[in-house]
Amino acid sequence: MATKKQVNPTRMELTKQKKKLATAVRGHKLLKDKRDELMRQFLELVRENRALRERVEAGILRANKDFVLARAGMDDEAVNAAFMAPKQNVQLEADSRNVMSVDVPVFRFRTRTADENDIYSYGYAFTSSDLDGAVTSLSSVLQDMLKLAEVEKSCQLMASEIEKTRRRVNALEHVMIPEAQENIKYIQMKLDENERSTQIRLMKVKDMMLEETHHYKEKMGYE
Amino acid sequence: MYKIAVIGDRDSIYGFATLGLDTFPVLNAEEGARKLDELAHSEYAIIYITEQLQGRISSTVEKYRDQQLPAIIPIPGVNGNTGNGMAAVKRLVEQAVGSDIIFNN
Repeated sequence: MATKKQVNPTRMELTKQKKKLATAVRGHKLLKDKRDELMRQFLELVRENRALRERVEAGILRANKDFVLARAGMDDEAVNAAFMAPKQNVQLEADSRNVMSVDVPVFRFRTRTADENDIYSYGYAFTSSDLDGAVTSLSSVLQDMLKLAEVEKSCQLMASEIEKTRRRVNALEHVMIPEAQENIKYIQMKLDENERSTQIRLMKVKDMMLEETHHYKEKMGYE
Repeated sequence: MYKIAVIGDRDSIYGFATLGLDTFPVLNAEEGARKLDELAHSEYAIIYITEQLQGRISSTVEKYRDQQLPAIIPIPGVNGNTGNGMAAVKRLVEQAVGSDIIFNN
C-alpha cells in the first residue's frame, strides 16, 4: 500500500481530501467505461486485422510466386523496361475518425485512370503472359492491403491508448482512492480526538472555576 | 493528398510499381532506415515494408508507432513469410489486453 503521507488534520484539509476522493471516484468510473468500450472495439478490430493480414499475406505470396515465374521466362532488362513507366497511380486521402478520443486514420484512395484494371504498363509484345498474371494477382490484393493499413494502424493506436487508460484506472483504483480514503479517516479521527480533549479541558476549567467561587473543598473540610 | 510507398529489397517490391505505388528498393538496413525516415517525413501516409527489412530496422519503425500517420505495414517479401507481421498483431493484443486471447488457439 502507499506509504503514508502526512496530512494536516484540519477541517480545510478534510474538505480538500473529500473533494479529491469524489473526483477520483468519478474519474475512475469514466476511465473504466472508456477502457471497456475501447477494449470492445479493439477486439473487433484486431480480429478483422488478423483476417485481413492472412488474406494479404497469402495474396502477396501468391503474387510473388507468379513474379518469380514470370521473371524466369524473361530477362531482367525486359522486366525493368516493362515496369519503367507505371500507368496507374494511386492517390490517397487520409481522414481521421475519432474512436473514444483516439484519432484513427481513414484512407480513401483514387486511381488515376478510371478503370482500376488498367494496370499493365507495357505493351504485350515483349513480355510473357506470366507477367500479366502476376500483375493481376498483385492488383487483386491492393484493396485488402489498403484496408489492412487502415485497420492495423488503428489497432496500434488503440492498443497504446488502452494501455495508458488501463494504467490510469489502476492508479486511481489502487493508489489515489485508497489514499484519499485513508487521509479522510485519519483527519476525522484526529478532529474527533481534538474535540474530546477540548471538552474535557472545558469541564476541568469549569470545575476549577466553581471551586474558586464556592470553595467546596474548604467547606467540606469544616464539616 | 497522400501517396503510398513500398520499401524493401528490389525483388520483393518491384511489382507494386504497376499498381501505382511508389517503390523504393534499398540494399541494406542502414539505407532502409534512412529511407524510411525520409519517407515518413514526406507525403507518404502508408509505407509498406518487407518483413525482412522491418525485422532489421525495428527501432526506426517503432518511432512512428504512436503517430497517426504514416502507417507502416509489414508485408511478406519474395523470400517468404517470416511471420513478423502476424507476431506484431499478436503483440498488440498482449499490449492492450495483458494476455493474448485471440491467437492462442
